[in-house]
Amino acid sequence: MAPNDSIGRRAFARRVARVFFMAAATGALGLTFWDRLGPRVRGPQRRDLVLPVFSSPGRTPQIAVARGFDRTAGVEAVLNALGRMTAFIQPGDRVLLKVNAAFASPPALGATTHPEMVSAVVKLCKEAGAGRVMVTDNPINDPTSCFELTGIGPAARDSGARVILPGPDQFQTYSLEGGQLIRQWPVLGSPLVMADKLIGLAPVKDHHRSGASMTLKNWYGLLGGRRNLFHQRIHAIIAELAMMIKPSLVILDGTRAMMANGPTGGSLDDLKDTRTIIAGTDPVAVDAAGATLLGKASDDLPYLALAQNAGAGTADFRSLNPIEVNRT
Amino acid sequence: MKITNARRITQVFFWVLFVWFCVVSSIGEKIWQLRGWPVNWFLQLDPLAALGVLLATHTLYWGLLWGAATIILTFFLGRFFCGWICPMGSLQQFVGYLGQRGLPVAAKILRSRYHGAQQIKYWLLLFLLAAASADFFHFLFSGPFHRPGLFVFVFCLLAAMLWIISERSKVKATAFFAGIVAMGMVLYRWSPQTHWLTSSLQIGLLDPLVFIQRAANLVLLPIADAPLRITSAIPRFYQGAGLMGMLFILVLALCVRIPRFYCRFICPLGALFGLLSRWALFRIGKSEDRCKACRQCEAHCEGACAPSRVIRTAECVLCLNCMDRCRHGLMTYAAQSSAAGEQAAPDLKRRHVVTAIAMGLAAAPVMRLNGSLSNHWNPALIRPPGALSEAAFLSRCIKCGQCMRVCPTNVIHPATWQAGVEGFWTPVLNYRIGTSGCQHNCVACSHICPTAALRPLSVDERMGRNQYAAKGALRMGMAFVDHGRCLPWAMDTPCIVCQENCPVSPKAIYTRIEYRTIRDGRHLLQSISGDRMVLAGGGWKFDTLAGGDYFLQWADRPPVAIAGNADRAITLAAMPEKAQWPKPGDSIQVAVRLQKPYVDPHRCIGCGICEHECPVQGRRAIRVSAENESRHAGHRLIIER
Repeated sequence: MAPNDSIGRRAFARRVARVFFMAAATGALGLTFWDRLGPRVRGPQRRDLVLPVFSSPGRTPQIAVARGFDRTAGVEAVLNALGRMTAFIQPGDRVLLKVNAAFASPPALGATTHPEMVSAVVKLCKEAGAGRVMVTDNPINDPTSCFELTGIGPAARDSGARVILPGPDQFQTYSLEGGQLIRQWPVLGSPLVMADKLIGLAPVKDHHRSGASMTLKNWYGLLGGRRNLFHQRIHAIIAELAMMIKPSLVILDGTRAMMANGPTGGSLDDLKDTRTIIAGTDPVAVDAAGATLLGKASDDLPYLALAQNAGAGTADFRSLNPIEVNRT
Repeated sequence: MKITNARRITQVFFWVLFVWFCVVSSIGEKIWQLRGWPVNWFLQLDPLAALGVLLATHTLYWGLLWGAATIILTFFLGRFFCGWICPMGSLQQFVGYLGQRGLPVAAKILRSRYHGAQQIKYWLLLFLLAAASADFFHFLFSGPFHRPGLFVFVFCLLAAMLWIISERSKVKATAFFAGIVAMGMVLYRWSPQTHWLTSSLQIGLLDPLVFIQRAANLVLLPIADAPLRITSAIPRFYQGAGLMGMLFILVLALCVRIPRFYCRFICPLGALFGLLSRWALFRIGKSEDRCKACRQCEAHCEGACAPSRVIRTAECVLCLNCMDRCRHGLMTYAAQSSAAGEQAAPDLKRRHVVTAIAMGLAAAPVMRLNGSLSNHWNPALIRPPGALSEAAFLSRCIKCGQCMRVCPTNVIHPATWQAGVEGFWTPVLNYRIGTSGCQHNCVACSHICPTAALRPLSVDERMGRNQYAAKGALRMGMAFVDHGRCLPWAMDTPCIVCQENCPVSPKAIYTRIEYRTIRDGRHLLQSISGDRMVLAGGGWKFDTLAGGDYFLQWADRPPVAIAGNADRAITLAAMPEKAQWPKPGDSIQVAVRLQKPYVDPHRCIGCGICEHECPVQGRRAIRVSAENESRHAGHRLIIER
């Protein structure tokens, strides 16, 4: 039935060829994407995050305690005792400060890292030659509000650091080796893997569930997802955080400690002048020392023993011979 | 035999086959129940379902490959599926025939002339495909970085197809496609984790096979079977079936006025076939341009494709009535164009195409702004076992209702608004309607699902046995006791039907015993005579405290069971030693022994049998919510000890 003239015949042949090609291509596409098994329970997962170890493995754990009201001077004093910031930061290092910006409350209430601490530490980092200083946290309240209202954001920016707000892109799943709770869990990984050094910067606070929130509990702010699930096993999760994060340095601000109604507080009556700043390379020891400011012993905070047993440090901070710097 | 009779016989055959497959989609041992019949075959033949799932998941679940066969045949034959196989088309054709009977030819011609609104179906098609397409684009954009070999193959194949099918602007079309992919690659590289577009598979709302499958499953069969009880011993109910039924009737009613109304104006599958038939080898046409213009062909044209003039090939459903009706034998089905000329492609305006696609691409992200796929997930949305996580589920579920049909306990229902606009008519469990909760050891829905939105489960996986022992049983949610409604918790009334019916072993519901003094149950002891304690007050009916649930308490002693009672006198089952007796004037309490139910979150699988059995009939006193469901790690409620 094909037309007789040659042009028609050629057109016809082209049409037949086209149909055959399209049929074959449809079959090829179908077979390419053919999936006989159906979806797997878990799709191909992105590889788990690998977190850097920021601590220097060979270094003997050290801890220093400075007494006084002035945060800026106190930070400088404890760091001098530990061998100055240059002992921790090499020129050009990208330094990440993990602050506690958990709540959108003013600095005076002591629920968050004090902006003076942020300014002082950023300044010391810069003086030690840090290439870039970043400040981050995954707060409980709205992140933008938290960083602004706590004064941490302005303090960081004014002293030349960059605030990294926790956007969805910044989280990657992480599984702690030997951990039971932190398995395939979203962690604020992007700033961590970008950094060469990590400094924890936490206030001393009462915490109704765990007993106290200091440098170890501060790492909670690196978790994403529905992390409040972990409150069911608060001590275990803090111990796992202690295993997960190996910081270069932690600084604990006990200038005014929150003695009650933690971790939010909300009243100046909850605060007490405890006039102490503690810094060290062993967060377990630093927290154990900080517990004394809250009138607590290591035994009152079961996560310290768990962290110690997991090899994250020692709860017997006195064994590290804390360097006492008495200023005022 | 006349060709149209051959067509009618084929249509009847496929219609009967379709009904048969619907009927046999029920669980049981009878010959008309599931015996390995390919009950999804019509849905699988549907290339729109296949294309939708392919776009939304960049995979083609096994049976959907049939859709490729349908497309390939369409490339040769044109819209044979519409005219010869589609049960929805056949039904409409039949109703249309009834509606046109006895009408004068002129009226028939009027009703079957081409109408500009027949373009709407193409807009709907483009909209639905665009809404589903984001995942495929994401695959193309990220492919070069993750699966370069596959990417190059697919890209070249698509580009070649585009090149082949473009008529005038081959270079432009192919370059446009390549440009989009290149741009997407840049965007992906720039922001790999952000899916700025998301897929939403909505083709099932309008796809004719899904439409009729759903209507058959959830409306026609329940109606037909209610008196017959062939496929189900107990009449079936489906929430929201009324709306489906009304839509179905509406579509048929419209066919009375305009034959194949749905096919002509709405059917996105027909639109897909229409676009494909543009390149079909065989098509209807006239062997010569001249004719007597009797227009008998147009009077009986199912597709409204103007066969007597310049035929609109895309609209032709191959009913072949024109060939049959033409008294001069001018109409042909041949591999050459019509002598009277043909318009192979639908006359779509570019602006309409762009608008439909843009709206489709925007639809899914806009619908997801309500947050129902993130923090604002609906705890009332309990999906069948095997359901993928919500986003993956929504990119596969075509809302065909096969799971709802096969469910032996009638517990799966089409969602109304539980899953948002996007999840309309997707399966959701309703533990109140069915004949039981979700049967503990049943995986039927997961195996019938034609698109693996419910992935196939083994009973072992569902129950958490053998190699799945470490993972534990699949959880659809978790039951919560409503202390304000529960009889033992709130009304001093023993019950625990929930605990008894919990099918999990060891039981997920356990009880704690409490002896609670009943209302007006505290009285002073008047005297003791024999084994009867006479109280100063009471007023109980004879032996209402007998039966084992009521106890007498005094001092700090353990409660003693009551064996019987009169108005103010109580007989104990076993009198204690005399030394333990209360003294006249002592305070005595009549207490009820309550077993208060608790749910163990480590064991509850959310099967809803407790909810179904709860004697608080209205709003149940124990209800399942999607908390703790296995399909979302983020919905976890309890961390394992």
